[in-house]
Amino acid sequence: MAVLIIAEHDNLNLNDVTKHLVTAAQQLDTEIHILIAGFEPQQVVTQASTLANVNCVLQASNNAYKYQLAENLASLIQTIAADYKYIIAPATTFGKNVLPRVAALLDIEQISDVTAIISKNTFVHPIYAGNALETVATSAAKIILTIRPTAFMMCNLAATNCKIKNLDLVFELNLSKYLSIETSANNGLPDLSAAAIVVAGGRGLHTKDDFEMLKQLAIKLHAAIGASRAAVDAGLVPNDLQIGQTGKVVAPKLYIAVGISGAIQHLAGMKDSKIIVAINKDPEAPIFKLADYGLVADLYQVIPELTLLLDAK
Amino acid sequence: MKCLVTVKQVVDPYINIRINSDHTAVETANIKMAMNPFDEIAMEEAMRQKEAGIISSITAVSIGPISVQETLRQALARGADEAIHVVTSQTLTPLNIAKVLAVLVKQQQTQLVLLGKQAIDDDCNQTGQMLAALLGWAQGTFCSSVKIDVANQGITVARETDYGLETLQLRLPTVITTDLRLNEPRYISLPNVMQAKRKPISSINLDSIISELRTEIKTLKVEAPPQRKAGIMVQSVNELLHKLQHEAQVI
Repeated sequence: MAVLIIAEHDNLNLNDVTKHLVTAAQQLDTEIHILIAGFEPQQVVTQASTLANVNCVLQASNNAYKYQLAENLASLIQTIAADYKYIIAPATTFGKNVLPRVAALLDIEQISDVTAIISKNTFVHPIYAGNALETVATSAAKIILTIRPTAFMMCNLAATNCKIKNLDLVFELNLSKYLSIETSANNGLPDLSAAAIVVAGGRGLHTKDDFEMLKQLAIKLHAAIGASRAAVDAGLVPNDLQIGQTGKVVAPKLYIAVGISGAIQHLAGMKDSKIIVAINKDPEAPIFKLADYGLVADLYQVIPELTLLLDAK
Repeated sequence: MKCLVTVKQVVDPYINIRINSDHTAVETANIKMAMNPFDEIAMEEAMRQKEAGIISSITAVSIGPISVQETLRQALARGADEAIHVVTSQTLTPLNIAKVLAVLVKQQQTQLVLLGKQAIDDDCNQTGQMLAALLGWAQGTFCSSVKIDVANQGITVARETDYGLETLQLRLPTVITTDLRLNEPRYISLPNVMQAKRKPISSINLDSIISELRTEIKTLKVEAPPQRKAGIMVQSVNELLHKLQHEAQVI
């Protein structure tokens, strides 16, 4: 039986995490459907319909789904769940918000943050901030998973568009109402979750201006800016830049940790990066234990120097 | 308005965990335990709402063996008026926890449930959402601000999402899960600890709440993740840049 992927999008563009989930879905079944619930999300539907190995895109367009409110979305998914063996969503704040609600409505247990699919009913996921990997098997008739996008490759595009089915189902539970969102301006820098290079700052930085300094480096590298919890708690950067156990999980090809000591909670969010660079003035900082390249130095000298050298390149 | 706060006992977050010898679980015997940090934030939020005159009483709940009473004592010291210990030796999955909580919520006629957004042991991040579903209530997950308007039966929350801070208006009754920046839990004073010893903890057996517990998930093994090896130390910015360009070839 088929896999249903709950797409993450903003009514205009399909978030890349969905493309990673298509690859995971292929390991579960050959029949893959994607649900796009939103408000007039035609452009997202078109994007999803061109993904390789996707058989059908389901479109549910209504004001009730515009802001992805969990109560409305979960009831919609519950209603179409009968056709699917697997229901999967990304382990992002979107998927984590909606999918457990779906699971409880269906009276099915959920497996969170799957990083490997061993077989059709056996999965690996990290626990204890990634300090242990648990392998679990489920005997449930229906299997509900959140999937860590960075653990799976992005899928390819198909030569032809798949079929599109309109769902005429409206669930407006009136339990919650969207008021606003305060997004952080990333000034043309790539999105943190998708960036090939991430420059992240921690407790070693003291002011917002220090992050401006990091940003100059990020611009040169076409990198995203990230942060440890300490920097977010200190109010230097917004919460959506936090990397770690309770923030975002990233796995770029290059991760530059600047003034980050390397608490286990932070490592949980970045240790799958391909190359890790640590710049810290404390030679005992735990981050050096897993960095590919370590530099014990004052970041206030290193960052401008590195930025300048990249300029000269 | 009555409020229920869940408090889970977990391995102290500052301890390096060890996997047991038969690779079936993380060792918890003779290990320092603590209240899940997100639940401390939930407790603190309940206290602040009570101090603001919005919440009338706080009931703390924990599910597990006798040892979880230590965590309930901490909740009482943090300001809970009473505590419920659901006694079981089994480890429950989030769905089963949510089912137990749903029964208690109905018994207690609670209007508001505060939970940590995730427990730092299993990192599931499910229970609050599941409880909201079972009760048919609104859910405010990953909250960094909670403003309750009793007169209008509404709550305005700010949620920490991947896209920034999202503000929602929720209808009461509501399930709220707490994120890191909702508040900073206060220091517990000795008089509060002493007072907590006199507050009631009522114990209820799990099977008197739910007769049949079903789980379809089985742990096959628990392993340490592959360890990254430390690389090399470079001596200068020039050397670092050279390595990144020519050795790692990532820039």
